[in-house]
Amino acid sequence: MHLLVCGGTGCRASASDSIVESLKQELENKGLSDEVQVIMTGCFGFCEKGPIVKVLPDNTFYVEVKHEDAVEIVDEHVIKGRQVKRLLYQDPEKKQSISDSKHMDFYKKQIRIALRNCGFIDPENVDEYIGRDGYMALGKCINEMTPQDVIKEIKDSGLRGRGGGGFPTGLKWEIASKNNADQKYVVCNADEGDPGAFMDRSILEGDPHAVLEAMAICGYATNASKGLIYIRAEYPLAIKRLKIAIDQAREYGLLGKNIFGSDFEFDVELRYGAGAFVCGEETALIHSMEGLRGEPTIKPPYPAEKGYLGKPTNVNNVETFANIPVIINKGANWFNKIGTEKSKGTKVFALAGKINNVGLIEVPMGTTLREVIFEIGGGIKDGKKFKAVQTGGPSGGCLTEKHLDTPIDFDNLIAAGSMMGSGGMIVMDEDDCMVSVAKFYLDFTVEESCGKCSPCRIGNKRLYELLDQITQGKATMDDLQRLRNMCEVIKDTSLCGLGQTSPNPILSTLDNFWDEYVAHIKDHKCPAGQCKDLMKYVVIEENCVGCTACVRVCPVGAISGEKKQPHYIDPSNCIKCGACIERCKFDAIIVK
Amino acid sequence: MAKIKTLADLKKMREDLQSKVDLREKADSPESYVQIKVGMATSGIASGAKEVMDFLIEALEKRNIEAVVSQTGDMGYCFAEPTIEVQKPGEEPIVFGYVDIKKADEIIEKYIKRGELVDGIIPQNYQVIDDKDNKKA
Amino acid sequence: MEKVKLTIDNKQIEVEKGTTIYKAAKQLGIDIPVLCYMNLEDLGIENKPGGCRICVVEVEGRKNLAPSCSTEVWDGMVVNTHSMRVINARRTVMEFILSDHPKDCLTCAKSGNCELQDMAVKLGIREVPGQEYAEMSEYKIDFSPSLIRDLDKCIMCRRCEMMCNEFQTVGALSAFNRGFEAAVGPAFEMDIEYSPCTYCGQCVAVCPTGALTEKDHTRDVINALADPTKTVVVQTAPAVRAALGEEFGLEAGTRVTGEMVAALRRLGFDYVFDTDFAADLTIMEEGTELLDRLTKHLNGDKEVKLPILTSCCPAWVSFFEHNFPEMMDVPSSARSPQQMFGSIAKTYFADKIEVKREDLVVVSIMPCLAKKYEAQRDEFKVDGNPDVDFSISTRELAHLIKEANLDLKTLPKEEFDTPLGESTGAGVIFGATGGVIEAATRTAYELHTGKKLEDIDFKQLRGLEGIRKATVDFEGTPINIGIAHGLGNARKLLEDIKAGKSEFHAIEIMSCPGGCIGGGGQPLHHSDSGILKARMKAIYEEDADKPIRKSHDNPYIIKLYEEFLGKPMSEKAHHLLHTCYFDKSRKVEIS
Repeated sequence: MHLLVCGGTGCRASASDSIVESLKQELENKGLSDEVQVIMTGCFGFCEKGPIVKVLPDNTFYVEVKHEDAVEIVDEHVIKGRQVKRLLYQDPEKKQSISDSKHMDFYKKQIRIALRNCGFIDPENVDEYIGRDGYMALGKCINEMTPQDVIKEIKDSGLRGRGGGGFPTGLKWEIASKNNADQKYVVCNADEGDPGAFMDRSILEGDPHAVLEAMAICGYATNASKGLIYIRAEYPLAIKRLKIAIDQAREYGLLGKNIFGSDFEFDVELRYGAGAFVCGEETALIHSMEGLRGEPTIKPPYPAEKGYLGKPTNVNNVETFANIPVIINKGANWFNKIGTEKSKGTKVFALAGKINNVGLIEVPMGTTLREVIFEIGGGIKDGKKFKAVQTGGPSGGCLTEKHLDTPIDFDNLIAAGSMMGSGGMIVMDEDDCMVSVAKFYLDFTVEESCGKCSPCRIGNKRLYELLDQITQGKATMDDLQRLRNMCEVIKDTSLCGLGQTSPNPILSTLDNFWDEYVAHIKDHKCPAGQCKDLMKYVVIEENCVGCTACVRVCPVGAISGEKKQPHYIDPSNCIKCGACIERCKFDAIIVK
Repeated sequence: MAKIKTLADLKKMREDLQSKVDLREKADSPESYVQIKVGMATSGIASGAKEVMDFLIEALEKRNIEAVVSQTGDMGYCFAEPTIEVQKPGEEPIVFGYVDIKKADEIIEKYIKRGELVDGIIPQNYQVIDDKDNKKA
Repeated sequence: MEKVKLTIDNKQIEVEKGTTIYKAAKQLGIDIPVLCYMNLEDLGIENKPGGCRICVVEVEGRKNLAPSCSTEVWDGMVVNTHSMRVINARRTVMEFILSDHPKDCLTCAKSGNCELQDMAVKLGIREVPGQEYAEMSEYKIDFSPSLIRDLDKCIMCRRCEMMCNEFQTVGALSAFNRGFEAAVGPAFEMDIEYSPCTYCGQCVAVCPTGALTEKDHTRDVINALADPTKTVVVQTAPAVRAALGEEFGLEAGTRVTGEMVAALRRLGFDYVFDTDFAADLTIMEEGTELLDRLTKHLNGDKEVKLPILTSCCPAWVSFFEHNFPEMMDVPSSARSPQQMFGSIAKTYFADKIEVKREDLVVVSIMPCLAKKYEAQRDEFKVDGNPDVDFSISTRELAHLIKEANLDLKTLPKEEFDTPLGESTGAGVIFGATGGVIEAATRTAYELHTGKKLEDIDFKQLRGLEGIRKATVDFEGTPINIGIAHGLGNARKLLEDIKAGKSEFHAIEIMSCPGGCIGGGGQPLHHSDSGILKARMKAIYEEDADKPIRKSHDNPYIIKLYEEFLGKPMSEKAHHLLHTCYFDKSRKVEIS
């Protein structure tokens, strides 16, 4: 019997390591240590309900487990074979408890390729990876395939870069393989920077060997002997597990010289990033690895021609690499049957925002937004109305109701005015002000611009400032015209992908929520009631009994009125703290 | 740790290691394996279900039968403990009562291997545990 | 070379593969506006970070606009440099840049000479929308002995950074912070004074705005001139006369020596002297030192340090003090001409005219900003009184002349005063790269061989190549000479010496591109390397026109040694004309 405990960063933050300890302790107390294994795995994806404990072989899925539950799990489930009902997942729709993850809506529509081992194996044990066909793909490549075969297989699979751009991976490898040099590099971009995205971290934490194996395969295909993983220093757990994985792979001779008895040599080193968003851009990433300022340079030359230390370099992101061993093992023809015509395979998304099932999911390309949000994601929190979903992180756009049935793939999202990005999906409900949402993303890009080119350095700041004017009700309709023009020029003139996409959240909200902008400007009103500067606290005279409770609670003395007479709130003094509303028993104060 | 020098090395190693994750692999798609559930409530354990389960796991592995043995709660047939439920791929589950080691051996040899029925089948008049519980809830 | 055909603004052109759109357009006479881009073609110095995005153009089939400065052409490319889309984008980007730029043009040191201002004029920017609530970058102003950094005016063109890091390999400047806060400066936002800066001033020479300017000493000079108790003498460096005219609308390369002397006299200087005189003196000292080391070497002395390196360039001196402190015995110990002049003026000359040291003010006009720093170095002071009181740049002199209502063009040509105004052609060529070593060769040859030099034009030592090598035959003794301009090139030669691989006997090093003619204090070249070439030509013409062209033939130099110094490298000469160097290397400790 195996007890799998999620050891992803999210669950560990909820003390999943103490659950492991307690379970082990309890099993020892009961003399069951030898028969029952407790394994800390990578992320299960269902973070909303973490920490998660899965009991095998009967596949029981316990959610929101605390370390004090260990005794009950061991006593009841392990010894007596009875599921601990209170720890089972409750389906919110059907109001039933579900014991097996396979029957949960969250998992039903998922196909796990990149996340295949996450939540399944002990990432700190290479043997478990090998037991799951680990390094078989590398062995197959070296023993049975030429580098050209490998490239052809990847090209045929139709795999496209999962980091955001969607560039065909096989083609990228081919270009790198054709540039001759005494030294070439394979770089894994683990500089995950989109707010809310954590798939790369989860893969590195849950299945580090898959990335190492894929990098070695890429090295074999492109004739590179050195691999570098550029990882942000804020990912300590992923770094730790990668280090363990690299050591284990070296010990087995799966990294190093003469891999599988061949001439092929490949080794991997880690490089740490300081968490600058722009370093996800491949030229900036390379400069950062070289010890230079992390800022992009103009392409061409592409890294495949002149990359790290001026040598041909192939850069792919973590999720892209995680697909590689599976493609080699199962074949391009297996892979390219999944997905849509131009986007093959699956994509991992990080669901966040006003959605019931926050977490990490992997679905075939072509799954609709509706399936993701309402079936897998379990719909909107607190039964509120769906308003928009932001995909592609700060470079993406906000999609609405009308896009819900769009099959998700690289091209459809761009056509809809957003993009795939690294797979962040933030769901918004009726309480979200779309101008404020756009402002939030611009705040991020202003902070994360490297400052090299003027439109991105200054333009984004000006966009933010103008949005701020709008949320304060100080803008004019002409300003909206100017806003759109600035957005278009910034997209049109910026040096790298950051600036070329940073106005997307504004443009997509201008297109889809024009009325909301107009309401802020013409009516000085925020329809979602979020923009503080546009709120007005007023007393409804008919309801006010003049009890003076509000006068006493107002911290700035903005409320006046005679006893037993309707009161008055002076808008010029009111700081909109909301204390009066909370105090009023007669619903006599409202926000307009 | 010994170095893996050839693909054959790796394949051999994988064979050895697969059992480690086998349990999980099969749990992921149990419908393609023989599934055996051993009733392991207090009464089951008292009547020797644990020994039966250990035997089943060992015997199935030795005889190269791909199967998932798991424990389950009270099957509701306390009179016939120990009870086990066997479900072959694509077939309806069958519950056997009064299973001791000898009986278990017979079930493997006759029912699982050859598809012959064995004495001690308990008629199917129950529902899956989960369903029952859910109805209560 | 492979050729590609393309169309720009409906005009066809064929250019070499690898040409940028900007350069291809230029061949068609289309001047695409550029701001961050800079190209000193003859020197191989190019700055094209593609950062300002002013030079964007529309390329058919491309999704976004292309920066013409850094986008290479391809066969069949169709470019439009002035579509509505381009014009709107260019103007909007310019508005962005101006929205984060102070509007104090009236009092800015760069006013009238500012590339950003010119661009605003060209693009017809009349207002910056949203300025009322637009935040502006704010940094503290960094004052140093030579230059002033006002980063509020930095537009992130990165030219200074490129000059400092790539051309000079000094590494004092780099971009810091990110996003809106980004600017260029020393590490940890230190003041430039605490960085490895050599004050070469090349950052100032290329800065398109008022972010980097020289420290202005014109007020000090005017005060000194106005003080009746002071005798004010002025010395002018050779490169100044080849460039000053540019500030008055004259063509680059116009020599204005006589007019400059006339202007200085009218400004009220009591004696108008020439740094060229001190250059001749430098040759006497440095040349003698070279011969001394050379003779010892030829006689088998293994201890003697060869090659000998020139030491006239103060930025170069700072550079090796910072970067090669273990090699401080390699360069000549001779002071620079500016300091030799100051030293002689405040001793020999002050005695002659019977003025007390503290009543004599020495002003130098230099093409250089490092000279400001050099003038205030402690070792060049006597009881706190500096040998050179104020050093002003060619640009500052131009301002002074204009402020005094003088028009350089209409002034008569006048002669320098004696005795410190007399100089030879050898002194003049100090202003161009290779000139010092050529002057030294002219003298060393004659002193070493005892023969008169027939052809004194050592053309093999001239030119603009970064590192040049030549062998001069000293009657059977081949003397290997190396020349480097630009500290990056100097570094290469120094690394060779350090590794024991240097084949040279003598090396001349100048920090600035082209030597002093391209100094940080010269009129701005605005990335036109033709200007540098014209100045260089003027320098060699001035030399050719001189009746005396060898330093040791300068009658006033001969007199100076007879009357005062004795002979080169004498004890008195050592005391007054030589110096020592200090280890300025710094180890930054990061905790």
